[in-house]
Amino acid sequence: MLTSLLPEFNVERNEDRCIQCRVCERQCSFDVYGYDSDHDVMVHREENCVACQRCAVLCPTNALTIRNNDYTYKPNANWTREHIQDLKKQAETGGVLLTGMGCDKPHRIYWDHILINASQVTNPSIDPLREPMELRTFLGRKPDRLEMIGGKLQQIDYPSVELSTPIMFGAMSYGAISYNSFSSLARAAYEYGTFFNTGEGGWPKELRKYGKATIVQCASGRFGIDLDYFNDASIVEIKIGQGAKPGIGGHLPGEKVSEHISQTRMIPEGSDAISPAPHHDIYSIEDLQMLIHALKEATDYQMPVSVKISAVHNAAAIASGMVRAGADIIVVDGLRGGTGAAPKILRDNVGIPIELALAAVDARLRNEGIRNWASLVVSGGIRNSGDVFKAIALGADAVYIGTPALMALGCTVCQKCYTGKCAWGITTQDPYLTKRVNPEIGTRNLLNLLRAWSLEIKELLGCGGINSIESVRGNRLQLRGIGLEQWELDTLGIRGAGQ
Amino acid sequence: MSVSTATKKKKNQVTPRQVIKLDAMGAYYKDLNRQIRAMALEGARKFEISNVYGQRYIGTNLWGVEDRDKIRIRVNGTPGSDLGAFMDGPTLEVFGNAQDATGNTMNCGRIIVHGSAGDVLGYGMRGGEIYVRGNVGYRVGIHMKEYRNKIPTIVIGGTMQDFFGEYMAGGRIIVLNKFFEGNPPIRQSYFIGTGMHGGSIFVRGDVEAHQIGAEVGISEPTDKEWKEIEKYVAKFCSAFGLEKKQVKLLKREKFWRLSAKSKRPYGTLYAY
Repeated sequence: MLTSLLPEFNVERNEDRCIQCRVCERQCSFDVYGYDSDHDVMVHREENCVACQRCAVLCPTNALTIRNNDYTYKPNANWTREHIQDLKKQAETGGVLLTGMGCDKPHRIYWDHILINASQVTNPSIDPLREPMELRTFLGRKPDRLEMIGGKLQQIDYPSVELSTPIMFGAMSYGAISYNSFSSLARAAYEYGTFFNTGEGGWPKELRKYGKATIVQCASGRFGIDLDYFNDASIVEIKIGQGAKPGIGGHLPGEKVSEHISQTRMIPEGSDAISPAPHHDIYSIEDLQMLIHALKEATDYQMPVSVKISAVHNAAAIASGMVRAGADIIVVDGLRGGTGAAPKILRDNVGIPIELALAAVDARLRNEGIRNWASLVVSGGIRNSGDVFKAIALGADAVYIGTPALMALGCTVCQKCYTGKCAWGITTQDPYLTKRVNPEIGTRNLLNLLRAWSLEIKELLGCGGINSIESVRGNRLQLRGIGLEQWELDTLGIRGAGQ
Repeated sequence: MSVSTATKKKKNQVTPRQVIKLDAMGAYYKDLNRQIRAMALEGARKFEISNVYGQRYIGTNLWGVEDRDKIRIRVNGTPGSDLGAFMDGPTLEVFGNAQDATGNTMNCGRIIVHGSAGDVLGYGMRGGEIYVRGNVGYRVGIHMKEYRNKIPTIVIGGTMQDFFGEYMAGGRIIVLNKFFEGNPPIRQSYFIGTGMHGGSIFVRGDVEAHQIGAEVGISEPTDKEWKEIEKYVAKFCSAFGLEKKQVKLLKREKFWRLSAKSKRPYGTLYAY
């Protein structure tokens, strides 16, 4: 335990309500609580508290309140408490600071500066409860033109997949998250007619029955990959980068590589699972083209190949190269994209917001006349159906959600995923904790989330007098900016409110 | 592309023993590989492809073919990159040189290259065997891995270049450094095994500390490992028509084993 830190949070116990049932002690995986039998009281080790709120939620008498620790260093605009604590941690350990989840810094959230249009008088709005609304989305390359021969539409030669709603679950590997969480995502995606992404931690055999709803990843570590892995799925995704940690690989620590994970990743138990920073067979767009087509060969050209990058300064130019290299789907993951573990310094400082990257990529592909060659999926910082709608109007075909899906499973964004101690049983492999996610309830909650967001998107479509998500795609006239500089409006390709 | 036998016959008339001869002159790789796939689905197991000039991904597009491990493909010429990428079972024999990324993430099967091979040979390789008679390029054997009895093996008759076996997580690579060419002097390679956390590299000839990554240890092969080296060099000899008794001329004291100092090289990198 580090000695030089203030507790981040205070645990307040209402002794009048507490019945010493010790639920808090059993539920806390960060070792905050103990029971002093001599005095029949609960004791607290507040320095361990991460404010995951597991204890407070499960306390049967609502006796617990977790608060920010008000005791602070002398206020200082430059040396904030976070900077001081981080620095002290490093002075004691000499290590790279790790963190979990997406960037929590107040970089501008553009979704909150974009407003959506509605129909009044000149174009009637539509009631989605009364009229059919189309959310179906197809991912994959689209033809340059349609050809009719003898009155018959010619067969389109590109593989594509169908989504019942433009929302998919982003890549979270089995290993980063627990089996129950992973299988809940798989089942919910399958039942709703959308997709989940295995990440690069392999794909357990018994979940292959959800292949119609599965995107498998081929990342630099090449874990768990064989021909069945690709061909049992519906989309193969090459992962180049991730918004939370652009340009670096991943280290799944050996202690998380349990027997089942070792089987799934096809590596020895207890061995580190290290993903190198780049794919060492991809040092250029030409090399990427080689791997894209290797995957197309491995799947006999039957499924779309996706390529995922993080949103970086020149994402638009890279995306153009990716599309020209043969990617059928490109995925751009923004600055606020989540992670199970990333160096804090990267998570908080590297990459750009997805809103700007998305607008730039879409505009670039349109200007070059190749937008139809690939579908565009974005992720990293989608929080609600309004964000989904705005993303689509800015040019996305669909979105990945990661953090919202985990919240549906119980996550409270305490950012301690990298410790492997998740009290909600999500980002852990400890069997005592993982059973806290009930896959039945998890699946139900995820289905509820998809249903709720889809209904809301239909409402947003209806208020704009539109009955198909296809008509919103890249329709930036539906959006107006507020509180933005001219360069920001220009990058987003939208006008200011009132204009 | 022309097919000289068998294709004009009706379906189910291809027998596994029949050698399917394909002429790849001017053929697009996709067409060539689809041709091989179609014939393999019809039951063909032996192929001989001539005039191969840079066609990629030979041996990759064979998912769904039964008894893939019985497929033999003889390649005359210079196949393109990603030869046998993701391959799962077949044996490829190249009478010529191979280009980059041979055996990329290969799962099972054998690749025999009678000439030299380019960069990134055996990247992420997880099973099977690769034999290269000549030299190999840069970044060979990166992130090879093993699981239970699936231990990928590469035997290189000639020399290696820099960044060899980086991030290696399992498997074995044997580098003979031109033993069968009469031990001419060879170029030293550098940055060997950086990030290594599993597997073994056996090199004939001296390896200095400044040539290897910080995570790599140098030791002598154990008795068991020496037997394995002899076994795989014997296989190398039979693949290339060399006399097997030459294996006995290999001197154990000339071999060094490069392996990971730790299964967790970056365990202390982080502050929690």
